[in-house]
Amino acid sequence: MVNLTIDNRKIEAEAGQFILDVARENGIVIPTLCSHESIEPTGSCRLCVVEARQGKKTRIVTSCLYPVAKGMIVDTRSERVMNVRRLVLQLLLARCPGSEQLKEMAAEMGVEAEPRFVPDTDNVKCILCRMCVRTCEKVVGVSAIGFSYRGPEKNVCTPFKEESETCIGCGACAYICPTGHIEMETTETGDTRTIWGRTFKMKICKVCGRYFAPEDQLVYISQKTGVPIEDLAVCISCR
Amino acid sequence: MEEKVKEIIQQYSGDKSYLVPILQDVQREFNYLPKDVLCAVSAHLSVPISRVYEVVTFYKAFSLKPKGRYQLSLCMGTACHVRGAELIARNMEDILGIKEGDTTADLEFSYETVGCLGACALGPVLVVNGEYHGHMNIAKSTKILKKLGKKGATDDEQD
Ligand code: SF4
Ligand code: FES
Repeated sequence: MVNLTIDNRKIEAEAGQFILDVARENGIVIPTLCSHESIEPTGSCRLCVVEARQGKKTRIVTSCLYPVAKGMIVDTRSERVMNVRRLVLQLLLARCPGSEQLKEMAAEMGVEAEPRFVPDTDNVKCILCRMCVRTCEKVVGVSAIGFSYRGPEKNVCTPFKEESETCIGCGACAYICPTGHIEMETTETGDTRTIWGRTFKMKICKVCGRYFAPEDQLVYISQKTGVPIEDLAVCISCR
Repeated sequence: MEEKVKEIIQQYSGDKSYLVPILQDVQREFNYLPKDVLCAVSAHLSVPISRVYEVVTFYKAFSLKPKGRYQLSLCMGTACHVRGAELIARNMEDILGIKEGDTTADLEFSYETVGCLGACALGPVLVVNGEYHGHMNIAKSTKILKKLGKKGATDDEQD
């Protein structure tokens, strides 16, 4: 165990824990985009910056990736931190002017678009955090999507930008995306869902009669867990 | 095709950390990286196709489109640039009728511009299938293309 201070509060934490996690455990809010409990942090959004002081040195660090240490003094809202965070958010806003989530976050934090940063016009809402790709690979275990190309052309897509055969239509990528880049559309009745250019047939729950999951996803779960497909024909609320 | 891919992968003992050299060998074999070949690599190496596609599109050296018989690279590095590579580039596009990075419809010529080739003293440099042609100018580049065009035609006749 190590003792440290976050925002003037004395806190005890396990050695090796990341600042962000310790802060959250103690009810201290640090804004983030690319952090989620089910995937490892990679530090790509840079919104979680804090000021960490060790000995005489004070540094701006990404709290999601920076381990706590004995005697560390962390400030999550200092002037310097707020300046960096504002700048990061302004740059992200200029990259994805169409992202509602980013706009909301900016409004909450009282950050306004910086006129110096000319907004992109390509209508891309992706900040290239790779959360969707890693969720598909590590959590779902399908690896249907990935990044392609590099530099300004870099984007997330299915291989060859075609309908993916491996995609099961689970929508985890759209769910985890912090900026609303991934589009998933469901018909009014809910009988099909379209994601990554492919349309999936949805399954009806045997009990309540509502469409609840893509058939392909149920087949995948059945194959992976060995649970017969018939047993998966009931939605979570009816189970 | 499948056999060839397997053979190449075998040379690397099926180790997926050799994905890049494997793809290089595969491209050398097939001239470019067709979709079905990449799918075969993905299957035999147990690397998801999305990951293979990531690597292939990341590196400029890999091509998803067929490459021409003659691969022309014009250096656009600073030294070549100030010595008029820009003008040569325009001449190349005019004669070949394609944009930089493309291949002619008859699969004779692929033409691209590159960053510094490290042969600045020779600049401007045009590389034809790995062979360096230094002190390039518009007239010389036209001549080279003409020559290749002719050579290509006679080769075809022999075929
Ligand atoms: S689509 Fe969303 S989750 Fe995926 S890399 Fe872009 S911003 Fe991140
Ligand atoms: S949460 Fe730390 S960089 Fe995104």
